[in-house]
Formats: sequence, structure tokens, C-alpha cells
Amino acid sequence: MNSTAAAPHDPASREPVYVFEVPVRVWHWLHTFSFLALAVSGYLIANPLPSIGGEASDHFLMGNIRLVHFIAAYVFAIGFAVRIYWALVGNRYARELFILPIWRGDWWCGLLHEIRFYLFLSKDTPVSLGHNPLAQVAMFLFNVLGTLFMIGTGFALYGQALGIGSWADRLFGWIIPLIGSEALVRNWHIMGMWLMLVFVIIHIYMAVRADIMGRTSSVSTIIGGWRLFRNGRR
Amino acid sequence: MGDQQTFYEAMREHGITRRSFLKFCSLTAAGLGMGPEFAGKIAHALETKPRTPVIWLHGLECTCCSESFIRSGHPLAADVILSMISLDYDDTLMAAAGYQAEEILEQTVQKYDGNFILACEGNPPLNEDGMYCIQGGKPYIEKLRYMASHCKAIIAWGSCASWGCVQAARPNPTRATPIHKVIHDKPIVKVPGCPPIAEVMTGVITYMVAFGELPELDRQGRPKMFYSQRLHDKCYRRPHFDAGQFVERFDDEGARKGYCLYKVGCKGPTTHNACSTVEWNGGLSWPVKSGHGCLGCAEDNFWDRGSFYSAVTNLGVTGGVEATADDIGEVLAGAAAIGVAAHAAASVVSHMKDGSKGDSSHD
Ligand code: HEM
Ligand code: SF4
Ligand code: SF4
Repeated sequence: MNSTAAAPHDPASREPVYVFEVPVRVWHWLHTFSFLALAVSGYLIANPLPSIGGEASDHFLMGNIRLVHFIAAYVFAIGFAVRIYWALVGNRYARELFILPIWRGDWWCGLLHEIRFYLFLSKDTPVSLGHNPLAQVAMFLFNVLGTLFMIGTGFALYGQALGIGSWADRLFGWIIPLIGSEALVRNWHIMGMWLMLVFVIIHIYMAVRADIMGRTSSVSTIIGGWRLFRNGRR
Repeated sequence: MGDQQTFYEAMREHGITRRSFLKFCSLTAAGLGMGPEFAGKIAHALETKPRTPVIWLHGLECTCCSESFIRSGHPLAADVILSMISLDYDDTLMAAAGYQAEEILEQTVQKYDGNFILACEGNPPLNEDGMYCIQGGKPYIEKLRYMASHCKAIIAWGSCASWGCVQAARPNPTRATPIHKVIHDKPIVKVPGCPPIAEVMTGVITYMVAFGELPELDRQGRPKMFYSQRLHDKCYRRPHFDAGQFVERFDDEGARKGYCLYKVGCKGPTTHNACSTVEWNGGLSWPVKSGHGCLGCAEDNFWDRGSFYSAVTNLGVTGGVEATADDIGEVLAGAAAIGVAAHAAASVVSHMKDGSKGDSSHD
């Protein structure tokens, strides 16, 4: 497997590079919107809207909120599975999300530089073709592991609703005794949501900031796929 | 006692008529959720199988399991079961006391080695060598280990024996420990609940003695026939949940209309038990039916989950501080937002400083 170190492209040449292929970009936005749908519907499952009156048979509000949650959950989970497949067959940048090259010295140097930069200790704007090392760490911990955790705990809970012996229970049910009890799984499922939301806040800030202040494009890259380079710091 | 006495003979000896016996068999088959043909099977098994003795031990507990058991909904069931298993040893219920009582344990071990059922109510405390629960001058844990090593299978009655329950609540000063964490070499059937429902208890024990095998268990060791669904899955208030109609306060209009109790802390959505189907006191009622949410008493750790009256409960990681995932999450997300805003402001300032020096930066 290629490592990202030996990038064939020299950032100094400042030619645009095609970084994010179509499946990666489509997935990014599917992932984003299904996550948002999951977070909003999930929050409303944990903290339901004010009670409504009338006949129970006339309403299905909570039922629909759960339905949204489960449909979004399928998009979220299947999308992630396809994304993993694309990491295997896509370009070198498609793999960066899943593999932290901790065995490479220059990656650690990059990480350190990145941290110093964001602490305003260094004025040197780092340049990366794919993800910068700091973003990579955050993405791996909060997004990759976070997504796996949410899918695991989510489908374990879903298996309880489908019933003992259902496919979701057989595949994911073991997670419940591992964590302790169903109530605890739900609590951690909520905690996972908050941790991923924290990541989203920081991720959006970093991306927009890089676009405005950095030397590489970022928001436009995840939309159009091309990484553009600018001269100097502006 | 006749060694090879069957269950049926034992029952007749206790004055149970054949008619009552057959009624009991149908009742049990129905209670276990089996087809009518199983009534005959149960009857046949009880008529032909030698009686399996049941030894009932008590550790740290409140005795609510026994209380529940002897109030088994159908008086017939209680009668029959008590005579059937005849509770060779149960320090709470039996007539014998003192040395005489403890002797029965020894006799059972000698006569029925590997053939009796050990029903454990309560759990052993392990701290200070088990000194927090002494029976007949010895720590309970020793008695439990000894009897367990000779029994055929164990029934862990109630949430104490299954999970630990309130005596195991943080910081668990006596180190009260559920049965499966101290006995590892015998099959254990957990029948959690505080207490378990009487019909569930009689159903499980009848199944075990009649068929001589364990009922089918789920991943956490509970009989599937009673614990495979959450209360929420069979709750008669579920349509109100799905509609979004909730009791907001115990004295509001929703409470009077019998809306769902989720927002006032009902733990039905995460609690595996038969309350919403079998109900309590002979099918009379159950907590939700009487207007109060489920406390989750049949689930592990329900005692350490914080408020019984809020939907989102304690994470159980924060030691003494009671915090729910939402509390922690809101703080984290707030901190991230503030951090981002501060960092953005600092970036702009640092950028402007550079800018005022003239755009000198190149690399
Ligand atoms: C990042 C993605 C996700 C977020 C932010 C999220 C958020 C939430 C939240 C906040 C709850 C409320 C928990 C409670 O009230 O105790 C919840 C419940 C639940 N979630 Fe998710 N979730 C996510 C992914 C998933 C996935 C992939 C599944 C898979 C099917 C799933 C299935 C469930 C189920 C079954 C429940 C219980 C709801 C019920 O039965 O009423 N979740 N989720
Ligand atoms: S009252 Fe409890 S068990 Fe019944 S539907 Fe509401 S939350 Fe579920
Ligand atoms: S309703 Fe809940 S708290 Fe009440 S007995 Fe049943 S499981 Fe226990």
C-alpha cells in the first residue's frame, strides 16, 4: 500500500491536485447530512418535544422521529461501508482517513508543526495535499472510531427493538453486555453524539479557516475535488 | 422421605388433588408461553421424574423475592410449587432452625450430590473475608461456594443475585457481588427484578424441575421466555409514546389521560421484564398501569443510574458527581464553540498584526 509521504506532487510547484474523487465527496456530504439528521432526531428521542393533545391514533410524531433516525442510520452505515471499500480501491488520499502513518517520522514532525501553528507558536503555514496530520488524528479518533461506535451501539439498540434473534441483534447484540446494560448503551450512544458534534464544530472551523488564511484550498476541495495552492500566506 | 418419590407423589402427599395438579400443569404451560400440548408433557414429567430437591439460600437481600414467590398469583400455583419443590432448605420459610436446619444441607449434599437445584436469593459480600454476612457462624460466601460445588444448576433470584442491586451501589462498602461473579463452574439462570414477578419465578423453577434442563437463556443469562422483550415493546401506553403524547408532570392533564411516562423517567424502553404482559399481583396491575414509570429494577445498575424521574440517566463514569451524557455533552460542545470563537479571534488579531507590518511573509 502506498504511503502518503512520497507524494509525487511537490507542493511548491503549486499546480492544482485532484485529491478527493467523486465517491469521497459524495460520501462526505451524505455522511454530513445523515449525521445531522441522526443528531437532531436522536436529540429529540432523548428529549422529546412538548406533549401534543388529541387522539393517539391521529398522531405519529415520535414514531416518525424514530423513523427518520433509522432511515438516516441506514444511510450513515451503508455510506460508511462503501467509503471503506473506496479506501481500498480509491486514490492515495482516500486512505488517509483510516490509516494514521504513526510509523513515519515526518508525519510526527508535521503533526508537531501543525499543533504549534494552531497555538500561534509558528507562523509557518503548513501545507498538505490530503489531510494535514492534525486533522487526520482528529478525523480518525472522532469520525472513524466515532462513526463505528455510533453504528455499533445504534444497531445494538435497534436489535432490541427488532427483537431477540433479529439480524441486528445477532450482529451487534453482543455490544450490550460488553458495555453493561441497554440503559448504559443508550447513555454512551448520546455521549458519542456529543463527542462527534464537538468534532464537527472544530472541523468546520478548521476547514473554513484554512480556506481563508491557509495556503491551500479546503472547502472548495471537498466540493470540487481539486486542491489549489496559493502563494505565500495570503 | 422415599428416595425415588416423584413430584406427583410428593404433591399428593401434600394433599393436592389430581384435578388441581392437572390444572396447575395447564396453567404453567400457558405461563411459559407453550402450546396446550405441553400441559400433558409437564404432567407426564412430573408423574414420572424423581423429585428434584431445591435448596434456597439467602445472602445480602431484603427477602422481597421470597415475598413475591409465596404470593404467586394463582393460589394453586403457590401451593403446588411449594409442595413440589418442598423447599428442602430455606432458612426463611422452613420450620427447622439452628443445627437441625444446617444438617439438612449436609444431608442433601450427600444424598443428591450433583442433582439438586440451588436457588440463591441475595448475594455474598466479599470484603473483610465475607464477614458482612454470617450464617451459622460462617461467612455466607463459604456456604454458597460449598453448596454450589455440589449442585446441578443455580437460579439467581432477583436483581441482588443477578446484578448486585442496592447493596452493591457505589461505593459498595461490603463488596456485595452477584452470583455469576463468584461461581464460574455451574450453569446459572438469572431471574432479575426487585423482586421478580411471582409467575416468572414459579414458571422458571417448574420448567427446570419438570424438564430437567435450563430454559433457553439470552446473552446475559436470563430466560428468553420472560426477558426477551422490553416493557416498552408491550406497554399499553406505547401508542401515546409513538404519537408524542407524554406526561410532563405527575399532576398534569396528560397524567390524567394516561399518556406515556417516558418524560417523567419511565425506564420501560431499556428494561427487560414481563411486567407489561404478565403484570403483578395475579395480573392486577403494574407500575405504568398505576401511573408511575418503570424504575428499571430488572436491569443491571439501575440503582446507580441517578434519577428515577428523568429520561436521560447517569453515565456512571463520573464517580461521585451525578452527570448525564447530556450535561457533559452540552458542556463539551459549549467549550468547543467558545474555543473555536476564541481561536478565530486570535487568528484575526495575529493576522492583522502581520498585515500591518506589511505582507512580508513568504515561507
Ligand atoms: C452519529 C450518529 C448517531 C447519533 C448522533 C445518534 C443519536 C442518538 C440519540 C441522541 C439517541 C437518544 C438516546 C436516548 O434517548 O437514550 C439515539 C437513540 C437511538 N439510536 Fe441513534 N444516533 C446515531 C446513530 C445511530 C445508528 C447508526 C443507529 C442504528 C440503527 C441508531 C439507532 C438508535 C436507536 C435504536 C435508538 C433508540 C431509540 C428508540 O428505540 O426509541 N443510532 N440516537
Ligand atoms: S410508559 Fe414507559 S414503557 Fe410505556 S410506552 Fe411510555 S416509556 Fe414505554
Ligand atoms: S415496572 Fe420496572 S421497576 Fe417495576 S417491577 Fe417491572 S421492571 Fe421493575
